[in-house]
Amino acid sequence: MKTKWFYTHIIQPLAPHLVLLAYTVIAIFPVVLIIMNSLKSRKAIFAHPFQPPLPGTFDLVGYETVAQRSNFQWYFANSLVVTLVAMFLILFTGAMAAYALSEYKFPGNTLMGLYLALGIMIPIRLGTVSILRLVVAMKLINTLTALILVYTAMGLPLAIFVLQQFMRQVPRELKDAARVDGASEYRIFWLVLPLVRPAVATVAVFVMIPIWNDLWFPLILAPGESTKTVTLGAQQFLGQFVSDWNAVLASLTLAMLPILILYVIFSRQLIRGLTAGAVK
Amino acid sequence: MEKKTPSRRRKPFPTHIIVFLAPATIIYTVFMIYPLLDSLRLSLYAPAASGGEMFVGLQNYITLLTDELWSPRFWGALRHNFVFFAIHILVQNPVGLLLAALLSSRRLRWRATYRTLLFTPTMLSFVIVGFIWQLILSPLWGIAGTILHTVGMGQFFKPWLGLESTALVTLSLISVWQFVGIPMMLFYAALLAIPDELIEAAYVDGATGWTVFWRIKFPLILPTVGIVTILTYVGNFNAFDLIYTTQSALAGPNFSTDILGTFFYRTFFGFQLQLGNPTMGATIAGMMFLIILLGVLLYLFGWQRRIQVYEI
Repeated sequence: MKTKWFYTHIIQPLAPHLVLLAYTVIAIFPVVLIIMNSLKSRKAIFAHPFQPPLPGTFDLVGYETVAQRSNFQWYFANSLVVTLVAMFLILFTGAMAAYALSEYKFPGNTLMGLYLALGIMIPIRLGTVSILRLVVAMKLINTLTALILVYTAMGLPLAIFVLQQFMRQVPRELKDAARVDGASEYRIFWLVLPLVRPAVATVAVFVMIPIWNDLWFPLILAPGESTKTVTLGAQQFLGQFVSDWNAVLASLTLAMLPILILYVIFSRQLIRGLTAGAVK
Repeated sequence: MEKKTPSRRRKPFPTHIIVFLAPATIIYTVFMIYPLLDSLRLSLYAPAASGGEMFVGLQNYITLLTDELWSPRFWGALRHNFVFFAIHILVQNPVGLLLAALLSSRRLRWRATYRTLLFTPTMLSFVIVGFIWQLILSPLWGIAGTILHTVGMGQFFKPWLGLESTALVTLSLISVWQFVGIPMMLFYAALLAIPDELIEAAYVDGATGWTVFWRIKFPLILPTVGIVTILTYVGNFNAFDLIYTTQSALAGPNFSTDILGTFFYRTFFGFQLQLGNPTMGATIAGMMFLIILLGVLLYLFGWQRRIQVYEI
């Protein structure tokens, strides 16, 4: 009897926490280790890698090297421009297309929906040979514009697919009432858009991550110094400074930080979106 | 008045539909669909001696599959892709399912905190993840070695990323570490969608947590298992960044981590002394396309149609 009590009151409630805690450590420890050691002196990195930076070992020399030897601030600016503009284009044109598909019955509606959804399953990278030729022909090689356009095409299929589901849920009466009042179709779209704001925000987070993190297209379409994104810049900088551990750890931290900060701010939104989207 | 409006509206040409659809459709068609089709077309061409390109039919595909210079690389890369995929299916998805099952257990405290922390690695780029693990597994820094020593398994430590026999598995596990959050979230969402009454009823009938999970919850989330599998399958062909970052485009040691992504990149873009060959690159992309298509069709007809979907 006593073992049963012990099982239901101690083991059962505790077991999930033990497993989850253990895996949380596995998930977080490498990240924490890098950030922690980026703030320490070279000697301390090797002598006491598991210690947090203490007054005796605290050192920003890695960050100083990165600031002097690389153009990280430019890379940040490039990544920011590419991600934000592509995100805006995906959300705006995607919402328009999703609205048309969910609102109007026209011949070829289903076909159009399928056509626009094709890209969810086919990785855009498979078309890279022709994308490169196209970008060269358009004289867009080594420009942020090329990246923006490619990323917009890459993000659109999923954005349209998800936004469509949400736009269907906007009550019809609302739109019809606006029509009776003489509103144009464009005006009604502007009325609907704020109503699906949560969905738009979720899609925004979804499409942002792969764009910010991508290495493939910057490497192929915009490898020039002035158009490097953070991901490519970090990759190349890290490749050159493999032996300078302070610089490597500092640049890794710098490259992670924006995403981690955004994630902390938007994690609830993102997780809600993930869980809501999957139920459908 | 109200009755007339719709009929009057139907008459004019629906310009607004075109205005709404055009921008997205144009960008998507020009930068995604056209390149994909053009790439398939290019795979049927080869550089001509006179400059330009000439039509060669399926010759490139035959070369890729049979030529003694090309085929070992191709089959090797394909095999590595499948190992990569298998490790994800066997490790990532069960771990994701376990975490999701625990996260969705009733009256769990700190659920949101766990969720956020467990999903963190998924947010990072392959480049960062690759470097983080390179540092941790590096014998120079000795983090992994120290940890193994403290748990008394020091003799097992090896420079895993540098050994032909272990590099691919190590990279697969790094990728699993990064992406376990996605199956976890999808399973978690599916588990949350199961009505509480169903679970309560089973508990009232005296079922244990284990039985409830395997007899009630798991059959209900089978569709998600299929989605996760096909997502893993397609994602696996995107896995270029991690290998490029840790092992360079040569996918060392001795091509032991060469997957179709790195093979494709080296072939069409060139690397070091090797010149780029766009048409052969397009051929590899064409093969990847076929392999993905095969997987998606298998999923649609072999899995999605067969499994029983329970209405909840």
